[in-house]
Amino acid sequence: MSILLDENTTVVVQGLTGREGSLRSEFMKSYGTNVVAGVTPGRGGAEVNGIPVFDTVKAAVRKVGKIDAAVTFIPGPALKDAVYEAVDAGVKFIVSPVERIPVNDVIAMVNYAIKNGVKLLGPGSLGLITPGKAAIGWLGGSVDWARTLFQPGPVGVISRSGGQSGTVPWALKVAGLGISTAMHIGTEPVLGLSMADVLKLYEKDEQTKAVAVFGEIGGTLEEEAAEAVAKGEFTKPLVVFIAGAWAPEGMRFSHASSIVEKGRGTARGKMKALTEAGAYVVDSPEQIAPKIKELIGA
Amino acid sequence: MAKFLEYQGKEYFRQNGIPTPEGAVANTPAEAKAIAQKLGKPVVVKAQVQVGGRGKAGGVKLANTPEEAEKVAGEILGMNLKGLLVKQVLVEEQLKIAQEFYAGIIINSAQDVRGPVLMFSPDGGMDIESVPADRIATLNVDVIKGLKPYDTLDMAASMGVSGNVLRGVGDIVFKLFHMFQKMDCRILEINPLVATEDNKVLAADCRMAVDDQALFRHPELGIKIGREFLKEPTDIDLMGWTFEASDFRGTSYIAEMASPAEVAEGGYVGYHGIGGGAAMLGMDALNKVELKVADYADTSGNPTASKVYRTTKLILSQPGIEGYFLSGFMMANQEQWHHAHGLVKALREELPSKPGFPVVLLLCGNKEKESQKILKEGLADMNARVEIYDREHVYDASFIAGRMKTLVDEYRKEKSAA
Repeated sequence: MSILLDENTTVVVQGLTGREGSLRSEFMKSYGTNVVAGVTPGRGGAEVNGIPVFDTVKAAVRKVGKIDAAVTFIPGPALKDAVYEAVDAGVKFIVSPVERIPVNDVIAMVNYAIKNGVKLLGPGSLGLITPGKAAIGWLGGSVDWARTLFQPGPVGVISRSGGQSGTVPWALKVAGLGISTAMHIGTEPVLGLSMADVLKLYEKDEQTKAVAVFGEIGGTLEEEAAEAVAKGEFTKPLVVFIAGAWAPEGMRFSHASSIVEKGRGTARGKMKALTEAGAYVVDSPEQIAPKIKELIGA
Repeated sequence: MAKFLEYQGKEYFRQNGIPTPEGAVANTPAEAKAIAQKLGKPVVVKAQVQVGGRGKAGGVKLANTPEEAEKVAGEILGMNLKGLLVKQVLVEEQLKIAQEFYAGIIINSAQDVRGPVLMFSPDGGMDIESVPADRIATLNVDVIKGLKPYDTLDMAASMGVSGNVLRGVGDIVFKLFHMFQKMDCRILEINPLVATEDNKVLAADCRMAVDDQALFRHPELGIKIGREFLKEPTDIDLMGWTFEASDFRGTSYIAEMASPAEVAEGGYVGYHGIGGGAAMLGMDALNKVELKVADYADTSGNPTASKVYRTTKLILSQPGIEGYFLSGFMMANQEQWHHAHGLVKALREELPSKPGFPVVLLLCGNKEKESQKILKEGLADMNARVEIYDREHVYDASFIAGRMKTLVDEYRKEKSAA
């Protein structure tokens, strides 16, 4: 088992013919992902890396049938329409490895996805990988590198940093532990899947025995994760590191935002909320793997 | 975020149908006098700088005649207001204020909101953070449905606003939200929103910032830098932005963290992170060994070698830094040879003019072996104080920061002996 993605998940690559689209679709396909179609308007009928190209997502669905997941290699200014298009074509899981998007567009696409029962990873997510089965986005980068970093096993990984979404699994591998599914949750100020949403998916997954989180200052993702643990929505061992304890104050926050977030967002506040809820907070990322080992007796 | 001054924001208010007091901006006391003369009534003269609490700091003054306006403008222009030089004043008609409200919009990322939050309070004119929660009406706007005129009327009514003033307030708050969306704002706030003794409602102040990522949709704003800063952008900040504006492949983020005067006091290094998480790990580690960073730079998202090269050159150009730290605390998915090539070229050009200058490079990830080879062979003949580390130390932040500290100490000792 795994969450959100396995070797049977059918995937469409939006922006297949672009620089990252063609490079990463080759990686995804050769890693084992079931990539069934690509989309670039005006390029319908072409083929890239053995993947048929269509003009629209709906055109792809008409030809290949229902598509489970989409990945958007689309420039930020055009991303909103790409996500709407995938949602309207009936795709239920969308990964957006795109940054530099107008925040109004992010809010619109996130709310449109939620309203239609679609899980949107990101925007600004490097992607997601279920080791040995499938990858979506550019987490893993290339086949040899993905095999170096990720091996199958019992640990779910959620990272707020793109780079750390590969590094935490690598540290787990060095410690002799593997991964059920690992993901980068995204960089944008508003996200589709929250950390709590993902923990609830890991809760139901039999393969996942524990979850490792690379957290960061800012926002409320970790506080919401703590609430999920406190409410019993996630009951497996949860080990968290929070980066940025020394970052200068005010780098990200406006005064007004602190009102609705009720003072949440600091490293200390996140650590306290998680610890009180029953999660394990570690002081450095190198302590994540040993702590998980200790907790699941692996 | 691209921030605007009060007089600029009020111009956008008027364009969006939100009434403001009559007035104009002045660069000299003589101009202030002319504006007051034209208005033909008592005025208020307000310093135009990006700080809160201008009134208490002496940056807002009343004047009953054009001559007084000239005099107080002369006092305010050239003032240092919380570290910022006042170069302009806004000269506006005085209002006969009956009531002061607050209206503003922010974006809340929490999973139960995920969107814009409209806020209204009948207790305007003071810091909104000091207003009790039960005196602030909030509305999480459904962006798919959109905001309706009855929403803003009801918010104001729920806080006891009524009659003609209610209609004016509802209308302005409604327009404010539409301006927030149309102009891609990140912050938009009226404090105070004023009802006058004759029941007119006007925006007496404006706080406005536009989303950096949406500037491409707003060439009319004429913004020269799409980045968020705690202070006025410096030359380094502006130059860093040109790398981004001209190249969308990967990102290069550079912000100056310390002034040249602070850096001259010693103990500062040029800082270069790869990815936000790795950058934070490195900042935390350097802080623990008491090294300070002169800048915050981050190249990630698979940038080209030329982008890495220009970023590195810019970091090394900061006068007075005593080291260069590449904080690559991650097993990157991006092919790291682009970083290696960019770094070698920049260091080969810069190090000959900085004998003994310490450099610590940690670079791990996809195509690591090839990248390490490019770095080591590319710098081998430089006879420079350079240490290069790989994945063996990817989470060994205290060791890597410790090496930086040791090399900086050696370098300082040599410099003081010379």
